[in-house]
Amino acid sequence: MRSLLLSAAFVVLSTSAFAADAGKYQAILGDCAGCHGKDLSGGVTLATPFGNLVSPNITPDKDTGIGNYTADDFRAAMKTGVAPGGKLLYPAMPYPYYARMSDADVATLWSYLKTVKPVRKSVDVDQLHFPFNLRITLRGWDMLFFDAKAQTNDPAKRAAWNRGAYLVAGPAHCGACHSPKNLFGADKGPLTGAVLQGWYAPDLTSDKNAGLGRWSTAEIVEYLQTGRNAHSIASGPMAEAVENSTSQMSDADLGAIAVYLKDLPASSGNGGPATGAEAQMKAGRDGYDINCAACHGRDGKGSALFPPLAGNPNVLQVRDDTIARVVLAGTRAGATAKAPTAPAMPSLAWKLSDQQAADILTYVRNTWGNAAPAVSAETVGRVRGELHSGS
Amino acid sequence: MARLLPKKDAVIIGLGWTGSILAQQLTDAGLNVVAIERGPWRDTSTDFNVGYMQDELRYAIRKDLFLQPSVEAMTMRNSLAQTALPMRDYGSFLPGSGVGGAGVHWNGHTWRFWESDIQIKTHLTQRYGAAKIKNLQLHDWGVTWDEIEPSFDRFEYLCGISGKAGNLKGQIQPGGNPFESARARDYPNPPMRMPYASTLFAETVKGMGFHPFPLPSANLSRSYVNPLGVRMGECSYCGFCERFACGNYSKASAQTTILPVLVRKPNFEARTDCEVLKVNLTPDGKHAKSVTYLDANGVEYEQPGDMVLICAYALMNVRMMLLSKIGAQYDPATGQGTVGRNYCYQTSAGARLLFDDKHFNPFIGAGALGMTIDDFNGDAFDHSKLDFVGGAGISCTVTNGRPISNRPTAPGTPRWGAKWKQATADGYRNAMGFGSQGSSYPVRENYLDLDPTYTDRHGRPLLRVTFDFPDNDIAMSHYLSDQLEKMTKPFNAKYSAVSRLKKGWDSVPYQSTHNTGGAVMGADPKTSAVNKYLQSWDVPNVFVIGASAFAHNAGMNPTGTVGALAYWAADAITTKYIKNPGALVPS
Repeated sequence: MRSLLLSAAFVVLSTSAFAADAGKYQAILGDCAGCHGKDLSGGVTLATPFGNLVSPNITPDKDTGIGNYTADDFRAAMKTGVAPGGKLLYPAMPYPYYARMSDADVATLWSYLKTVKPVRKSVDVDQLHFPFNLRITLRGWDMLFFDAKAQTNDPAKRAAWNRGAYLVAGPAHCGACHSPKNLFGADKGPLTGAVLQGWYAPDLTSDKNAGLGRWSTAEIVEYLQTGRNAHSIASGPMAEAVENSTSQMSDADLGAIAVYLKDLPASSGNGGPATGAEAQMKAGRDGYDINCAACHGRDGKGSALFPPLAGNPNVLQVRDDTIARVVLAGTRAGATAKAPTAPAMPSLAWKLSDQQAADILTYVRNTWGNAAPAVSAETVGRVRGELHSGS
Repeated sequence: MARLLPKKDAVIIGLGWTGSILAQQLTDAGLNVVAIERGPWRDTSTDFNVGYMQDELRYAIRKDLFLQPSVEAMTMRNSLAQTALPMRDYGSFLPGSGVGGAGVHWNGHTWRFWESDIQIKTHLTQRYGAAKIKNLQLHDWGVTWDEIEPSFDRFEYLCGISGKAGNLKGQIQPGGNPFESARARDYPNPPMRMPYASTLFAETVKGMGFHPFPLPSANLSRSYVNPLGVRMGECSYCGFCERFACGNYSKASAQTTILPVLVRKPNFEARTDCEVLKVNLTPDGKHAKSVTYLDANGVEYEQPGDMVLICAYALMNVRMMLLSKIGAQYDPATGQGTVGRNYCYQTSAGARLLFDDKHFNPFIGAGALGMTIDDFNGDAFDHSKLDFVGGAGISCTVTNGRPISNRPTAPGTPRWGAKWKQATADGYRNAMGFGSQGSSYPVRENYLDLDPTYTDRHGRPLLRVTFDFPDNDIAMSHYLSDQLEKMTKPFNAKYSAVSRLKKGWDSVPYQSTHNTGGAVMGADPKTSAVNKYLQSWDVPNVFVIGASAFAHNAGMNPTGTVGALAYWAADAITTKYIKNPGALVPS
């Protein structure tokens, strides 16, 4: 039977303990469901440059989950990346971020995880390429890159800023996607944007073009709460993060995150505008008017439904992976209680050549006040190839 | 043996416009609701891609979104003396299929029937005397205008209708429809931008003393956020509305207005590709206990529910009642029985004009883009010296310039070859038209029942449609054709022609998917199948919602009134019925 059982987001309600309710909120902050699945039984594949990682079962099933963990085992896994028996976890489990969490928050989360419905499900988590499949290599990684210090407050900043800094650096692990990584996958710069799973997680600094420089704190809160604001709409991995995590955060925590992000020093920008691209700009304008303007407007301002392209950070990143991907493969916005529509962008791969797509994107990145480097047909071709190969 | 499923508070048959509205309202009231839909799940992002939606061959010619006769056919005849035969293809009307129903592929004309419609017998009797309508089975709908007006308003705001009020609380508004019944507030969005043909029509008929106004449209004139928080886009005037789904989120449908909210609710469930065979009653026939349905693999299920809401297309609602023995079959010989009674359609005519020197660019189009006059609609004009009642709206809409269907040529043009090609090239931009969409009033001989011979793939009898245009409606339509003739004159076209309707309804050429009646509402259980709340007189935990409840059809598209009736019935269920289940009106 093709039956659509349509239910709201995963919620397992604890009937008794307040700690479990508070712990559920910790699970939302940490977006556990994002990697471990809505019932937390794992099996979700995470593509990394080192191969595929599959998330483990973290329900309290004794054989296949973490039902045999003690509170100390759990804290060690969360904050040092070491599971019972000395098994080293891959940093795809964002323990370098969770290490910044307070012991109290980790304990609260543990009290909740114990109340989740146990699911019996074995997951084969090790699917990395050699030599990364050897967990012993993680010892060296930890020595080089893992800073196990808990987050401390900056007394010069107000409470909201400190709370925001804690959430961003700790449980919400924003840098896991948004911070550029070195050759070994460790963070090498604060939230200035990074490639991830065929998308480019944008710059979250206060840079005017690529970052959040044009967003007010209220607009940042609106985006995280609803998945959309006047500048952009969340889709791809961020749509999932909004649906599973940020849309369920408290107003106060979202405000704190916004205050902190607005205070990040601007990145070095995107290297724009495009120079010497007159031919691309001319061809791109025609292509834009024919293929894009019906929804995004000839003025690039979008509408109540579709996002603007003027000033939209997603089109202004230093890397063009996301926009090339969206034009070729299409995408769909996330859906939240406050913004349920979830409009979609269609795939245009079948009607645009690499050059045509590159021209349109160059035009979009350098019109209506936008400024960003030109997009080449080679880039679009590379992304098209990655989409075809499924990587 | 059917597999018995856990009981729901309400079981909805069909997830189109009315099913979606009922599901939304009932789940808001806290009920657990399952909607069982025969066709597939369809959504804008996955099924109505703007990249391929404008495929005229696939959607308009091969009818990709419509009900196929292999799934359910019907038999047709013009009179009781004839033997009905099954149609091999849907032609005169095209029922929808799948989630969203016919609301996926409609044009978007969103009218309110008038106060003089829902109280038609009282009104016409008072004005002209009972003898004037003695050959028609007209009766009042059982509701008052003040009761139903807020439901029209809710549907218009759900959809984001683009229009101009003509009667705000009794005050006639310049530029709107002066003949409409009083409304509490204006449309949520301003009228669409009019193309040249509609503007020329409006200027011309205004010069003749008529009252043109923008047709109320579910193709949105601007982006809109509806009261449920669902966002819609501005229409791009692409001209692919009727027979197509909108890839632009610009045409109101269940998909673009309700479903994004409904599918998030834990107390709502949709089962698609599941065909309900019948509603099961208790042995006394007075209570519905469940529905039986087949899933896509042919597995049979029984879904119990405290309430069953029949929300399929009008014709299928009637068939479901007959198959389930909910109410008594109407008999045209005796006038007894109610189910199948007062089947009505639409009575239309049109004018085509061809010019040398005017360019209309029909590719700038939309389903409900146009200007209308209602000077000859309903009872807006005096019928005392005329041999009929009823009337028609006259609209100049520019729906499309699609290349396969839209090939206007002058009479005498060869029908193929180089000369035909040249003529279609010349005529493409230079043709315009306007048409009358007329009322259809019930007569004793027009009705619906189960065919005695032909069955569907499950062995159930097909629905039999017995219909011809009544003399009253033919006279009305000819009068309207006369008016169209007069209206063509001031245009000074190179060529013009007006059609005249003939007796003998033909089920083959497309005419209108506005089939109404068969399970009509009213105050008298002898002449209506459902009461004023669309509740079955015979089985009070069954509500039958849709154009099947229209006691007659007006000279307007039905969807606005269908949407209003859906809200009206939902309110009755949530505010009256669930507190005290049982008949809401004593019979």
